[in-house]
Amino acid sequence: MKPFWSITLVTLAKDIRLEWRSKDALNAMLFFSLLVVVIFVFSFDPLAEESRHIVGGLVWVAFLFAAVVALNQTWARELRNQVLDAYRVSPAPANALFLAKVLGNFIMVGILEALMAPLFVIFYNLRVLGPAWQLIPVALLGTWALVVNGTFFAAMSLRTRSRELMLPLLLFPVSIPAVLGMVAATTNILTGENPAHFYIVLLLTYDVVFTTACLALFETVLQAE
Amino acid sequence: MHPAVVVTGLVKQFGRFAALRGVNAEFAPNRLYAILGDNGAGKTTLLRALAGLAPPTRGSISMLGTTDLRSVCGQLGYMAHPSLLYDEMSGMENLRYFARLYEISDRAQNNKDRCADVIRAVKLDPSLTRPVGQYSQGMRQRMSLARAILHDPKILLLDEPFSNVDVHSAREMVGLLKGMRDAGKTIFVVTHQAALLEGVADEFVWMQAGQIVDRTKHLARDLNPEKP
Repeated sequence: MKPFWSITLVTLAKDIRLEWRSKDALNAMLFFSLLVVVIFVFSFDPLAEESRHIVGGLVWVAFLFAAVVALNQTWARELRNQVLDAYRVSPAPANALFLAKVLGNFIMVGILEALMAPLFVIFYNLRVLGPAWQLIPVALLGTWALVVNGTFFAAMSLRTRSRELMLPLLLFPVSIPAVLGMVAATTNILTGENPAHFYIVLLLTYDVVFTTACLALFETVLQAE
Repeated sequence: MHPAVVVTGLVKQFGRFAALRGVNAEFAPNRLYAILGDNGAGKTTLLRALAGLAPPTRGSISMLGTTDLRSVCGQLGYMAHPSLLYDEMSGMENLRYFARLYEISDRAQNNKDRCADVIRAVKLDPSLTRPVGQYSQGMRQRMSLARAILHDPKILLLDEPFSNVDVHSAREMVGLLKGMRDAGKTIFVVTHQAALLEGVADEFVWMQAGQIVDRTKHLARDLNPEKP
């Protein structure tokens, strides 16, 4: 197991270094999310009470669309100079690459959420009426759900001609249960009207099932022509 | 002596197009093979099949005594036409990453020393800090070769290693390959610059339309007494 984690960490460090130097994905994600916040603010002018009911949906839709930008970038840099082939001919386990990519995307989307959340609070004049600490597990589990499937489907669409289009077509339908869980849990916490426990368990179950499935299938996807 | 590579009835199809049409060949160890042929003859596909990157449609490949290519991939070095390097990282950073994939050493100093040795072997400077994307094409080719030989593989598969490399550097690369062959490696070189390997290659393997049509000791096919 030692080489597996060692390769996962060294690949994650490499990806973070590449992103730090190019800032391709992070800049695009931040700009996109900022645009969504501003457009929604100008489109609606909700009262604080109304905001609590709609912002759960707005925030997760913004993060979902923004995440797609990062997910496409993750594999695009492996295609330049066909570097992915160098990994494929090495004895390194396929799942170490997958896990490193998932962790890298998780960190990126996590940074995006940390930067954008205060903006949503300010622009929508939000005050949490439910147990605010529950937003943390919802954010962690929800983000993991987005990136684990997103990373997998981005790898699947890697060799297709229009991969930027393929990713959302594959990812969004599969993410519907997770998105419903994230939106409902966030809305329940913000309004304090209903408990969010059911949706947190739903997200946890979703994450376990899809992480297991992706890990089981990734080698086949990687070695496919 | 057991052959290093045995290819039996190898067919590789891409849709309806057959890039390899029943290749049969045995390749002895400790030899340098130059694979020659026109564009579209199937040279690169053969090399990719040997590397395990293009699974055969039919037929089999046995390498170092096994048909499970995944189990011997640590003994293979592969250099493709593209560099297989990250443009945003320096040569040393690239090699240190790939060294970890081959578990060359977890200890930072050993890892760094090995990478520096290999970079020097291809006549580049290990202290170069600029990213590979800013290298000249020739430097990139040499760094790509460094990546392929980093883990001291028993079998080397090189696709067009001399393309865009000046004659002097190409001769240095040939000298390096000769030294590796003499040290017991089996080397396959796909090239259009076969003259560089005259007197160095043990055999010239001629491909045409997805098949091996001839194997000669000399580049000039007419000089080969065994030619049918």
